[in-house]
Amino acid sequence: MTRHLLSCEDLTAEDAILILDTAKRLGELSTGPMRKLPTLRGRTVVNLFFEDSTRTRISFEAAAKRLSADVINFAAKGSSVEKGESLKDTAMTLEAMGADAVVIRHPASGAPYRLANAGWIGGSVINAGDGTHAHPTQALLDAYTMRDHLRGGTGDLQGLRVCIVGDILHSRVARSNVSLLTTLGADVTLVAPPTLLPIGVEEWPAKISYSLDDHLPETDALMMLRVQNERMNSAYFPSAREYSRRYGLTASRMSRMPEHSIVLHPGPINRGMEIASEVADSPRAVIIEQVRNGVITRMAVLYLLLGGSESGLGDLVDEEATA
Amino acid sequence: MTTWHIAGAQPLGGEPVDIVISDGIISAILPTGSTPATNSTLIEARGLIALPGLVDLHTHLREPGREDAETVESGCRAAALGGFTAVHAMANTDPVADSAGVVEQVWRLGQTAGLCDVHPVGAVTVGLQGERLAEIGAMADSAARVRIFSDDGHCVNDALLMRRALEYTKAFDGVVAQHAQEKRLTEGAQMHEGVVSSRLGLTGWPAVAEEAIIARDVLLAEHVDGRLHVCHVSTAGSVEIIRHAKARGVKVTAEVTPHHLMLTDDLVETYDPVYKVNPPLRTARDVVALRAALADGTIDAVATDHAPHPSESKDCEWAAASMGMLGLETALSVVIETMVNTGLMGWADVADRMSIRPARIGGLQGQGRPLAVGEPANLVLVDAGATWVVDPAAMASRSRNTPYRALTLPGRVVATIFRGRPTVLEGRLA
Ligand SMILES: [Zn+2]
Repeated sequence: MTRHLLSCEDLTAEDAILILDTAKRLGELSTGPMRKLPTLRGRTVVNLFFEDSTRTRISFEAAAKRLSADVINFAAKGSSVEKGESLKDTAMTLEAMGADAVVIRHPASGAPYRLANAGWIGGSVINAGDGTHAHPTQALLDAYTMRDHLRGGTGDLQGLRVCIVGDILHSRVARSNVSLLTTLGADVTLVAPPTLLPIGVEEWPAKISYSLDDHLPETDALMMLRVQNERMNSAYFPSAREYSRRYGLTASRMSRMPEHSIVLHPGPINRGMEIASEVADSPRAVIIEQVRNGVITRMAVLYLLLGGSESGLGDLVDEEATA
Repeated sequence: MTTWHIAGAQPLGGEPVDIVISDGIISAILPTGSTPATNSTLIEARGLIALPGLVDLHTHLREPGREDAETVESGCRAAALGGFTAVHAMANTDPVADSAGVVEQVWRLGQTAGLCDVHPVGAVTVGLQGERLAEIGAMADSAARVRIFSDDGHCVNDALLMRRALEYTKAFDGVVAQHAQEKRLTEGAQMHEGVVSSRLGLTGWPAVAEEAIIARDVLLAEHVDGRLHVCHVSTAGSVEIIRHAKARGVKVTAEVTPHHLMLTDDLVETYDPVYKVNPPLRTARDVVALRAALADGTIDAVATDHAPHPSESKDCEWAAASMGMLGLETALSVVIETMVNTGLMGWADVADRMSIRPARIGGLQGQGRPLAVGEPANLVLVDAGATWVVDPAAMASRSRNTPYRALTLPGRVVATIFRGRPTVLEGRLA
């Protein structure tokens, strides 16, 4: 494992599988008698959020606390883009506080990369979502969820057919998922109106399609992305209604998917826009599981980056026995 | 006035000669080995290439307003060290150089510094706002004798204003230098739009946003028979449009920056804002096209777009950073690296693209002249075989935002002679 987790490009298939396997063990352990593991006792994890995201922050906070780390939540007042304190000054403050890991959410693509590489701090940096660039722990929890449902919770995702639908252009979730899922052997298809696909997407390791209906029968996992209403102001699509008619997941569309298939959504969902209420509330939607899996995959990431253990799971078992 | 005897220099890389300078002009060119006159000072130049003093069409000197980033004087020092004897100071200062008063102020600051000619560029529109014409004629008639007008940093987006500017400047053989950037297509743009931007999640600055404006502007220039100069051409498509326009006889000239001749958008993968510039770094294919266009003369000039920024404007996340790079002290080396050492251009071409043609575009007297008896003594002596490692801390500019940090570049400016007086000797300010 690398010292930082900045994007899914940092992960080999072995790294990713180690994280998923570790998450699985941590999940088993934390539902057992040992709800809280002593692994990161005395270590400090800072949640540095330049963007409001209560759900991601809480998920990281829960993950760190279950590993007994000290958690500092640092909600920065606006990024330097908005003339708040500069990223550099904030970073130096955290360094002075002795942060072992900084979990950063930032509206500017690449901000975690700068934090890790500009020489401002010494600890590990975990990207909790940067602009429209990457959201690696989201991709990890998505992969975990798919593996759990469709691959018996072990190994890689060889041959798994995944469709990611929606605003690919502005989605860090899509970027990270394409990278991680293909690393794990899945076949990824991106479905969106042409306006919401980036120029250059043809070089990504994914198939491109403009039609959701074409892919429904051959999809094992369908990931619906949140589409913001404001996008129509920049002429990405004519109206919310037209978008949801062409790209929204309705009950009738879902009925054309295979029996075993699952529907994912990174949340928060936009009912009636990209996903119909009946779909979101159906047993095939695994949205709530994604949230639960988010905590254990983030535990795994913190554990592997900060625990520094090569053997990973072995140590965990020992700690369980001796703690 | 002192007489200088330059011994053994090779004009445009040709046979060695001795060049004698007195009273600000080249007074004699003698066979090498001639005995210097007793009252003259010897400059040993064996093995050095002599070029006419370089002329920059595009320099941001930041004064008045942002003296923390650069002053006319610090910028002129950087220029002299880079081999320049004339620079054109862009109008996006604070206050904007949109009146006779401001351009005369900049012009006087240049005179006081005395390290190279400083020719202010006048704004096309008041406050660079793109709404109404600045007093272009008053700037042309001022002591600064402005001939180049540009809203650089902003595009003159309004087609009618652009047309009028191209027409109006004909009265005094002026030229409108356009920063070609279609506004709506580049809202929030952070880097070249392509494969790399798609991966990095940075908003794209598409090539077409430059090309669409250039295409419009050459048609406008043709229609009114005005003079258009295209700033910092950065794409292969722009080159094609300019080539086509020139073939039709449109009065269009164009410049390319050193960084667009050398650097590509994949450098942005570091998210290091030192690579953030406008127009953005493009692809390797564009670099090849730009080099070919400079070599064949479709692009007339190398212009630095020297854009100093204080460290806090670059020591931050990409989106928050300012756009621009230093250029004066590295321009000649980059041209040697990309154009001479690749065999695309000879020294006469370097003189043409970095001195003769830019001087002609700017309407300058006494710059970009041949190295011949009776001509003004503006020249630079270059050690083409030397290499140096770029050290931002060692630069004369007040700012440090060079994208070439720690790179080894070929070619060292050994001496710069400005109006018969050395501003640089032995690679240092004289
Ligand atoms: Zn410009």
